[in-house]
Amino acid sequence: MTKTLFDKVWDSHVIEKINDGPDVLFIDKHFIHEVTSPVAFVGLKNRNLKVAYPERTFATADHNTPTINQHLPIKDRLSALQVKTLEKNCNEHDIEFWGLGHKKNGIVHVIGPENGITQPGLTIVCGDSHTSTHGAFGAIAFGIGTSEVEMVLACQSIMQQKPMKMRINIDGKLNDHVTPKDVAIFIISKLSSSGATGYFVEYSGDVFEEMSMEGRMTVCNLSIEMGARGGMIAPDKKTFEYIKGREYAPKDKEWDKAINYWSSLQTDKGAIFDKVYNFKGQEIEPMITYGTNPGMAIPISKSIPSSKESDSKLSYQKALDYMEFSEGDKMIGKKIDYVFLGSCTNGRIEDFRTFASIIKGKRKADNVDAWLVPGSHKVLKSIEDEGILETLTESGFKLREPGCSACLAMNDDKIPKGKYAVSTTNRNFEGRQGPGARTLLASPLVAAATAITGQITDPRDII
Amino acid sequence: MAYDKFKILNSSAVPLNIDNVDTDQIIPARFLKATERIGFGDNLFRDWRYKSDGSTIESFPLNNKKYKGKILVAGKNFGCGSSREHAVWAIYDNGFRAVVSSFFADIFKNNCLNIGVLPVQVTDSFLSKIFSQIEKDPDSIFEVNLENQEFTISESGKKEKFKISVYKKSNMSNGFDDIDYLLNKKKEISKFANKPNY
Repeated sequence: MTKTLFDKVWDSHVIEKINDGPDVLFIDKHFIHEVTSPVAFVGLKNRNLKVAYPERTFATADHNTPTINQHLPIKDRLSALQVKTLEKNCNEHDIEFWGLGHKKNGIVHVIGPENGITQPGLTIVCGDSHTSTHGAFGAIAFGIGTSEVEMVLACQSIMQQKPMKMRINIDGKLNDHVTPKDVAIFIISKLSSSGATGYFVEYSGDVFEEMSMEGRMTVCNLSIEMGARGGMIAPDKKTFEYIKGREYAPKDKEWDKAINYWSSLQTDKGAIFDKVYNFKGQEIEPMITYGTNPGMAIPISKSIPSSKESDSKLSYQKALDYMEFSEGDKMIGKKIDYVFLGSCTNGRIEDFRTFASIIKGKRKADNVDAWLVPGSHKVLKSIEDEGILETLTESGFKLREPGCSACLAMNDDKIPKGKYAVSTTNRNFEGRQGPGARTLLASPLVAAATAITGQITDPRDII
Repeated sequence: MAYDKFKILNSSAVPLNIDNVDTDQIIPARFLKATERIGFGDNLFRDWRYKSDGSTIESFPLNNKKYKGKILVAGKNFGCGSSREHAVWAIYDNGFRAVVSSFFADIFKNNCLNIGVLPVQVTDSFLSKIFSQIEKDPDSIFEVNLENQEFTISESGKKEKFKISVYKKSNMSNGFDDIDYLLNKKKEISKFANKPNY
């Protein structure tokens, strides 16, 4: 029988199929962080259980941590307690913990791949919806709730209904200055923020084959923003080259065996998907959001559309009122107060290279506060080693220390009420970046162009 | 954590007629800092219920005294966004035992089922009927019958079937959770754990 890539990985992890119920799914790798894990450990304690396979879980502190003066104790009492609790839980259960100051510390979805833990064919979960990022390697990776974190800690497995399968195929070539972020936002704008709910997505076609591993991570990361549980891309030479030599990657003979198996992880010819979308690379432009969910997005050169028939007028108007935008407004030229570069979506070294390529030799606009937050300490080190820090500094930008930061504003990095931020993150929900903050999601290129001019700017206009 | 058994619920409902309510609205990230499952209910819909000075926004349905009950009725695509189970804890802590919408986000729905809040998915047209009924009479009673998988507008007797797997239905009606099940599978799980990855 022909199988999709998703079928191959899913089916090989099914411990038991429950009749008219979920599958019992074995989980290969598990990431935890300070926010969604503590209650799971309380659950273990109440049941008097130990972590079953501690070597399969990796812990980092990222969600609520400060991005300035990380060498000092965390000032916020509750955040400090959460991080301390994670450390204590990891020590008690022999789980590897990469806390603040550790050279492998960073955002959970950045450090998994960069340390070679994320590999093709694995099942990977984390109490964070952007776990879909790891699908870029041909893994099945998705976010789970805290009850499920407890299940994985206790039993290295969870119970899940097998999702339906969707393929999104984009052939052709991307236009200049169109980034993986634009590709992802374009797709979400076409499918809506719920268009892939109930599905697991496989991305295929020329555009994804051409894309770098980091670009693929950005695309898979945003799968959840159209409701999909996850997204994945078949592993290829680029995938193997990225993994090779990283700390947790297979070595020597194991490596040859791994390549052999990973190469089989392709969708068979004729395999059936429940839904298929086809787009052309050429039709994608630099994108930006104008509303309060990631599906409310348009090409940056366009004006805010009228509500579609499928939208509730009330909800659409509520979103525009929150943003203080009106139907028909042009996006280009709108004044911006903040620019944020970072997050598990766009906090990798390529994103910083892209940002630097635009601002080099120019000055940050005076009316813009720019927060640049690397996704991990390894990213931070590359920024320094590659001379990007120098470029940023010369142009009037400062760099912060790694973490999730203003993407969800759990720490002190909050965009003030009513202010506009062009952000390379993943969610423009009301108050996501701080109570009353207004977020416009875009690529690192758009963020850089905007940081230079102080207003929404098409990167093609200043290159 | 085991939870209350769910059989039949007869209650009035609180309407939240907004589409795409994400988990950041249900509970903003800045209130996720607890290390135990305590106190999330106070921050349910925090930024829609309260102004930044802490005063109450009277027009918001959860603050409107005419609406009460154990059923929350919401617009389509309810619970999208982050995987935070805290969102369901906050809903549970406010006394809700069922959430009704025409469409739920996946992770949110799983989280509901895992802690004993029943997600009831109805058609768009039936959802409008429920909203109109509440608008007409905020004290209207609705029946959620898990055994028959039916949601009924008591006054008119209009009802609609909803879906739930046999397995999850049994869990909900007995107050079991998945860990109870998985702990009995240790042997099978260890076979998988010992298999080579390649």
